[in-house]
Amino acid sequence: MSTTTDHPVEQIGGATAKYVDQRLGSNKFLGANLGKVFPDHWSFMLGEIALYSFIVVLLTGTFLTLFYNPSMVEVVYNGSYVPLKGVQMSEAYASSLDISFEVRGGLLIRQMHHWSALIFVAAMAVHMFRVFFTGAFRKPREFNWLVGVGLTALALGAGFTGYSLPDDLLSGTGLQIIRGILQSIPLIGTWAAFLVFGGEFPGTEIIPRLYAAHILLIPGIILALITVHLMMVWTQKHTQFPGPGRTNTNVVGYPLLPVYMAKAGGFFFIVFGIIALIGGLVTVNPIWLFGPYTPDQVSSGTQPDWYIGWLDGALRLMPNWESVIAGFTISWNVLIPSVVIPGILFTGLALYPFLEAWATGDKREHNLLERPRNAPVRTGIGVAAIVFYGILWIGGGNDVIAAAFNLSFNVLSWTLRISLIILPPIAFLVTKRICLGLQRKDREKLLHGYESGRVLRLPHGEFIEVHQPLNYKELAVISAKEDLPVLPASVKTDADGVRNPSYRVDQLRHKLSSFFLRDNIERPTDAEIEAGQAHAAHSAGLEAPLHEYEELDQDPVGHGGVLHHPGMPMTNQEQVDQRQ
Amino acid sequence: MKFITARRRNPFVAVLLLVAALGAVGVTFSAVSNIEPAQASLGTQTQVEDGKKLYLEGCSSCHGLDAQGAMNGPSLIGVGAAAVHFQVSTGRMPLAAPGAQATAKEPIYDVEEVAAMSAYIASLAPGPAIPTSEDLDYSDADIAEGGVLFRINCAQCHQAAGQGGALTQGKYAPNLMQATPQEIYEAMVSGPQSMPVFSNETLPIKDKQAVTAYIMALQEAPSPGGLSLGRIGPVTEGLFMWVAVFAAFIGAAVWIGIKAR
Repeated sequence: MSTTTDHPVEQIGGATAKYVDQRLGSNKFLGANLGKVFPDHWSFMLGEIALYSFIVVLLTGTFLTLFYNPSMVEVVYNGSYVPLKGVQMSEAYASSLDISFEVRGGLLIRQMHHWSALIFVAAMAVHMFRVFFTGAFRKPREFNWLVGVGLTALALGAGFTGYSLPDDLLSGTGLQIIRGILQSIPLIGTWAAFLVFGGEFPGTEIIPRLYAAHILLIPGIILALITVHLMMVWTQKHTQFPGPGRTNTNVVGYPLLPVYMAKAGGFFFIVFGIIALIGGLVTVNPIWLFGPYTPDQVSSGTQPDWYIGWLDGALRLMPNWESVIAGFTISWNVLIPSVVIPGILFTGLALYPFLEAWATGDKREHNLLERPRNAPVRTGIGVAAIVFYGILWIGGGNDVIAAAFNLSFNVLSWTLRISLIILPPIAFLVTKRICLGLQRKDREKLLHGYESGRVLRLPHGEFIEVHQPLNYKELAVISAKEDLPVLPASVKTDADGVRNPSYRVDQLRHKLSSFFLRDNIERPTDAEIEAGQAHAAHSAGLEAPLHEYEELDQDPVGHGGVLHHPGMPMTNQEQVDQRQ
Repeated sequence: MKFITARRRNPFVAVLLLVAALGAVGVTFSAVSNIEPAQASLGTQTQVEDGKKLYLEGCSSCHGLDAQGAMNGPSLIGVGAAAVHFQVSTGRMPLAAPGAQATAKEPIYDVEEVAAMSAYIASLAPGPAIPTSEDLDYSDADIAEGGVLFRINCAQCHQAAGQGGALTQGKYAPNLMQATPQEIYEAMVSGPQSMPVFSNETLPIKDKQAVTAYIMALQEAPSPGGLSLGRIGPVTEGLFMWVAVFAAFIGAAVWIGIKAR
């Protein structure tokens, strides 16, 4: 603190810090935390895209609330969009049209809001992929994974409530489907639908209710959960990929100030800029083309926004099954795709970290990320889930796809139905095999170095391919693999004939653990790696004299062959002697 | 009154009353209803003869020598000149190949040939006629009213913005962005392919003009939001977001994440 400076900027900065510190006592906190180190990888910025697009959603959404009127009172449109002039519509739709055509900059802000909402959910999904495939959800970060799953579900809710607010033909049809889904719930369905819609569909209540949820309740909870999410990242510290000097107990990277402040700040402006650009240049949700919602109208090609598309697809692909039990109709055709399947997927998503830890018996703390290939079953499950989701997603656009590519809608739907059952297991197996292949390659690299692709003829005539030792970075990355043993099989009765009360559970766990781990390619021991690398270094060393000749050579040098120069040994024996 | 009172129990009275009532209903109906007599041939005799020749060469292999229909084609008796003009002038007929539905393509007959074929088919039996320029004049029509009618009657197949959509088994409702007023009118009165017939009784000419005016407004409408992405809503929007926008974000993230060298 005794250092003094004459530099004016530092003087001003110091004075400001002192002024603030005397009032807030913040210097101690800032001093301790501004230098906090974060690891560096481009995939760690995917979550930031979600955060920044959410900020854009909040800012643009606030602007929209100034002009939007969440009312289902019928009015006659008298704005400047001629094809709707004189048409009866709700105030919600009329005010959405006014935002688009009367409010200065309104359409730009509306489109930015919609685009950034689409991007928000997409960024969350991609961020979740990163966390899943690198095993970042493992102990001690399971709770943060849960927060993330909750955020994803809330984002879907935020998106869907927003999609419904303009009360155009598209969004009203979406609400009609929501009502059908509510009604499909056994026993309480009819009453649940009445409760949500405040009576018969569409009624006059649903838009104001969705509005309250959309601008107050859901964003409030999202903000709170984002805070929790980031605080947990802060206190638990960010995970890092394996690399030189990176261990489970340190964080290698750059300090928050100035590096990450600059990177994150810059990235925020990039995200904001791209959203503003497409908001101004690319139409999203042209509500004026769809017209006001009335229950007797529907448009072909009616789709939800992308993140609900998979649910719509599930609904479209489901066979038309219904059964009547004791006078009550159970609509399996709606219940299964829109309640059961999303229920299973979200539950599975939330529980996955706990299931995997239980199945593999992994109780260690993981601050180093796992390369996807080193967890073949997890990676396979993830890819299978993405394929399953993707097929449902395509199903959601089946009519648009059929029309665009001149396909038969029926054939497409059947193809997707069959694919939905067949492709995910195939994707799992293929992914797992690819991972295992990569593991074998890694093991080979550790034991023999990497193949240089250069063939060398030894003095005694033998041809060898030169193997080179891995560089220190690659060595650190590959050798960070950790192997877990398969949990032992359980015994029904022990040596004294006492029955094992948890036999079934233990046996299930043994089988699961075997499923996860048995095919893993074992990492060589440190000694084996050292020997392997030394051997590769020796092989590379054989090539060294050749390089000297190449340098001497006046002519352009091609690949391969042995070059002769004055002073070069002419016989094999001379060469061997020279090398030794 | 004595005259009636004396004879009202006569057994013939019931018959007489029935006849009178039926007659009254018939007269009232024909006075009230505005069913136009279906127009028979408007073409000249030469047109009909030329049309028949063209028909026998180009159409009869599927529709039969007397247009009575055959294995591969429906009967054309009574389909009217409008149907012939719509199908042939848009190139849908003659069919290039059997398929889910006839696709529009470059027409192979010129305007006069189409007129001759229309005249021939119209001469076989009355049917919807080719609309007059008066029928097609939509300049006074209410676009917004047409929009309402379009969303009620057309949007479930042709999509709210007229971009077309898929039907079952590979059939489809075509995109309307190239359709002319005459094609729109003829399609409505003749009901080509899977399309229902919107006769002048169910959808009066005034309403047809309104629908046409709305479709023309859609065709001419600029895209106030920028690039339109095909005006088909969330599918192309999602595709654009994932492919173009996300590529830009990931590119930026990689760029920022690169270590300084």
